[in-house]
Amino acid sequence: MASSDKPLGWKDIEVGAIVTEPGGARQYRTGDWRSQRPVWDRSKCIKCGLCYLFCPEPAVKEDAEGYFDNDLYYCKGCGVCVRECWTGAITMVEEEE
Amino acid sequence: MSKRVGMEASLAISEAVKMANVDVVSAYPITPQTHIVESLSGIIADGELDAEFICVESEHTAMSACLGAAACGARTFTATAGQGLELMHEVVYAVSSMRLPVVMTVANRALSAPLSVWGDHSDAMAVRDTGWIQVFVENAQEAYDHVLWAYRVGEDRRALLPVMVHLDGFHVTHVVEPLELLEQAEADRYLPINSYPHPLLPDRPVTMGAYGPPFIYTEVKKSQDVALHSVRPVIQEGWKQFAEISGRRYQPVESYQMEGARVGILTMGSFGETASLAIDQMCKRGEKVGLLKLRLWRPFPFEEVRQAVEGLEILAVVDRCISFGGPGGPVCSEIRSALYQATSRPKVVGFVAGLGGRDISPEQFEGIAKRAEEVAEKGSPQEYEMIGVRE
Repeated sequence: MASSDKPLGWKDIEVGAIVTEPGGARQYRTGDWRSQRPVWDRSKCIKCGLCYLFCPEPAVKEDAEGYFDNDLYYCKGCGVCVRECWTGAITMVEEEE
Repeated sequence: MSKRVGMEASLAISEAVKMANVDVVSAYPITPQTHIVESLSGIIADGELDAEFICVESEHTAMSACLGAAACGARTFTATAGQGLELMHEVVYAVSSMRLPVVMTVANRALSAPLSVWGDHSDAMAVRDTGWIQVFVENAQEAYDHVLWAYRVGEDRRALLPVMVHLDGFHVTHVVEPLELLEQAEADRYLPINSYPHPLLPDRPVTMGAYGPPFIYTEVKKSQDVALHSVRPVIQEGWKQFAEISGRRYQPVESYQMEGARVGILTMGSFGETASLAIDQMCKRGEKVGLLKLRLWRPFPFEEVRQAVEGLEILAVVDRCISFGGPGGPVCSEIRSALYQATSRPKVVGFVAGLGGRDISPEQFEGIAKRAEEVAEKGSPQEYEMIGVRE
């Protein structure tokens, strides 16, 4: 299960399906578990970073201005950031597709 | 030059494990397997074998310890039976899926309830689909030979699969028999040093048993199944090379008095020894009856089974296990399945016998051959018939 752009066929599987390269979990798109996503309201954000600290993935990242946003590749939509936000700056919105 | 000795089958297995120069033994005692690991713990404690004996609190841990040790490249051994095999069940799958060549002897035992420590094949059939190479042996000599063979085959780079050697609890494990032991030098020549290709090493890290989401799981399972099916030449090579040093030749399906036979009896394990006595008696009376002994259970020897039944009109398959609510015995089901596509095939009649250590006599095997003819001619209201059951 080495990293590759093309999906592996069964002949590409290493003996015992071992992983020979480190950091393989980084490729795992947990973002597709999500049914809702958090949205930040910058007018209420006090840049405390609690959402960043509590994100279990961690999918929340800080931008150059000190505000926070999330990485939708990994965000599972668990809503922990919404619950922990002191000022109510984050709300969950439905993923519509 | 081999050495002829009288020995209990369980101790012969320990002797083979010693001669295989195993690195790690981890096991939990359970009847009727206990003599195997009991004697091994003595062999290791006495310094006759330089190995770690890991005492554990359950069979689940015994197999887990073997998994870990094998992942480090160690040659590992364990043995169990009945409930113990059930308790380690989930790890049995993990070992084969991770392609670790652990060797395990199973002293086949019935499953609870009611509690039975006696022999049948219920435990073996519950692990049928676990992805291990599996063979059945019918006496002490075959048990001894197949432990050495198991390491030779399982550790081969073309295989890298765990091997289960099944022998009937008590009917084989506890019987003292004459057998020939190899010289250590012969065993060493037969069995190269284990060189697992991806052992867990700090300077060459790998992840084993990783997460397998839907996008990859199917490919992993396909590669595993192909690996088990592809191991047949390695199995044959292992037997051929063993024959060269010992003179004893094994086959996936073994035939006895099959030439010109009209009716065949197919068995697995120690039933074969008893059934052969019945065959002798029937042949003496001029009856055209032969015996087939299924040695290789996984990978299933489809081609050899088809060849072995050629010319037979009737085949009686005697299972030592029931598939409750199903077609009777698991072996019979697989034989039927293997023959279904054949253009000419015998009528297959299923029997279940010898559950929970019940003895089946040679006379009863004669009765099975006779009953199979009746059923083949007139049919039977049941999918299978049970031998020796009281109404």
